[in-house]
Amino acid sequence: MSAKAADYLIFDEATQTYKEDPEQVVRDDVEKHFWLHVGRTILKDWRLYLMLVPMLLVFLFWRYFPMYELLGCFKRYDEILPVSDRLFTGFSYFKQLLVGGSNISTEFWRALRNTFLLSFYGLCFGFPMPIILALFFNEVRSDVTRSVFQVMTYLPKFMSTVVMTSLTIMLVKGASSMNGMGVVSQALVNLGLITKEMGESGLLNQPGLFRAIYQITGIWEGAGYDSIVFFAAIIAISPTSYEAAQIDGAGKMAQMRYVVLPSILSTVVIMLITRIGHLLSVGYEKVLLLYNLNTYVTADVVSTFAQRYGILSNNKGIASAAEMMNNLIGMLLVIGANTIARKASNTSLY
Amino acid sequence: MKRKLEISELIFKIISYTLLAVFSLACLYPFVYAISSALSGYDPVMDGTVVLFPKELQFEAFSRMFNDNLFWNSYSNTLFLAFYGTLWALGVAILGGYALSKKRLLFRKTFNFFLVFTMWFSAGLVPQYLNYLATQRVFAKVGINDDKWLVVIAMGMAAMNIILLRNAFEGVPSEIEEAAIVDGATELQVLGKVYIPMTKSTIATVALFFAISRWNGYYWARQMIRDSNEHPLQVFIRLKLEEFQDPEQMAGWREAYASDSVIYALIVCSVIPILIIYPFIQKYFAKGTNAGGVKE
Repeated sequence: MSAKAADYLIFDEATQTYKEDPEQVVRDDVEKHFWLHVGRTILKDWRLYLMLVPMLLVFLFWRYFPMYELLGCFKRYDEILPVSDRLFTGFSYFKQLLVGGSNISTEFWRALRNTFLLSFYGLCFGFPMPIILALFFNEVRSDVTRSVFQVMTYLPKFMSTVVMTSLTIMLVKGASSMNGMGVVSQALVNLGLITKEMGESGLLNQPGLFRAIYQITGIWEGAGYDSIVFFAAIIAISPTSYEAAQIDGAGKMAQMRYVVLPSILSTVVIMLITRIGHLLSVGYEKVLLLYNLNTYVTADVVSTFAQRYGILSNNKGIASAAEMMNNLIGMLLVIGANTIARKASNTSLY
Repeated sequence: MKRKLEISELIFKIISYTLLAVFSLACLYPFVYAISSALSGYDPVMDGTVVLFPKELQFEAFSRMFNDNLFWNSYSNTLFLAFYGTLWALGVAILGGYALSKKRLLFRKTFNFFLVFTMWFSAGLVPQYLNYLATQRVFAKVGINDDKWLVVIAMGMAAMNIILLRNAFEGVPSEIEEAAIVDGATELQVLGKVYIPMTKSTIATVALFFAISRWNGYYWARQMIRDSNEHPLQVFIRLKLEEFQDPEQMAGWREAYASDSVIYALIVCSVIPILIIYPFIQKYFAKGTNAGGVKE
């Protein structure tokens, strides 16, 4: 009997004969008429598939159609013609951005550098803060006291970006005929940390201070809330671990080193990897609301660059090419980070 | 028996308490300062002598805000966007997440990838802008000229939230569903009577995420809503800030309170509703981060 035929026949114990395997016949049929089978299944289960439709349409219309629009990066931009009918120009926009020494390419490289640096400083200064906070929360034995601290530190997270940036602008603004100096600028001048002229012109007009302000407001806004994850990992440590360490003569620092740190390490690693994956996705809204003409040098990121060139003025092709490059590299980083996280901890982020 | 604290432990505790107190107060201070400045008179605000408590108490900055029709208008626009936006996004996400949680769904992996890919790669601001403009034209053809509906329907969907829901639905034991089907329940009844009640807290969390993002939405609302009467609160705040920080526009200011006080009053007014519901929603928020979408 050939191997092929053997797939279809099974031995029937009762009658001691070979007979056709009904399941294999079905499998074979499915293989032959795949789409017919799919159609039949969907028709039979149409309610379930109908549920999927609104979601698919929303993502198709407002997430995937813009991606199709990206083909415009390789064509000369035209307001009236659809993407498919535009004149193909190849990589000319990309060339203008990457090489050329023109104004726009200088600005693009500056924006790319700023994007990276804002995230990188966030990684250096913003990332450890929630972990430190969580360690401190753990020291507070009374639940009530801890809740008070926690509620106070989570609070800024509930502000919108507009309110947060408005408050920041008001606190660090300079003096003019119609406006008093912001309380933070005032305090820094009084402490002698900045000169009076700097204070009067407003801290947000100083290119040298933008990154610091961005990071400090980031910590103010997010450190408390981000500490929740780490705190959850710390309180999951069994008290017996501490007791065992104490019996072995471990002091506070030794307990930190040998009990707490190893227990939260996996959380820290996952969070760190995610953060690295998002090195090139700086939120445009916060920068857009905080920066101004005087601070473009340090504040302009790729998405605000694209916003300025593509939406405020009409260089749509070159602006979308710039952001596409940024987002493509960003995507590789995210996928890479996710793969590493999966290998490192058997947990996948998506 | 209580163990005596060791010196190293004691020092660490003292440092912890001190730094926590400093940080918590620093988090809170800008709000306190905003309230005090909103309530202070012209001179203290201009000279920067308000530090903690209001000086030369006045309520006119607040009453100016409360008498501004555009302010209330923007508030009701925000409530409109938050309510219908959350309803629409949550409805779409629940249906989609439920279908995706079913193992028997054909092309399940493909659909999942279709979602997850949007978290990895976004087309960027400019193509999105062109897309919304095109949507606006299509909506106008169908007869929807109110840009608020554009914001509600086209914006604010997040793949992460659908995945949170899908994971929650996957956690419901399939025996319960089978029992319901044997009893003659249709798909929609299974979802409404079995799945939704069993995943209430995740749904509340996701609804909260949607609502917060709607409440806070600024950029696209400013870009796409053409009629300034339809602007939500966040856009209103920003426009007021831009207007009031412009010395030229403020040159004719002759009030007993500083123009800054009005901005502070506006900030306070926009934060207060959040503060009121904050105690009730806080636990869902904490839950959401812990779930965090991490799955095996």
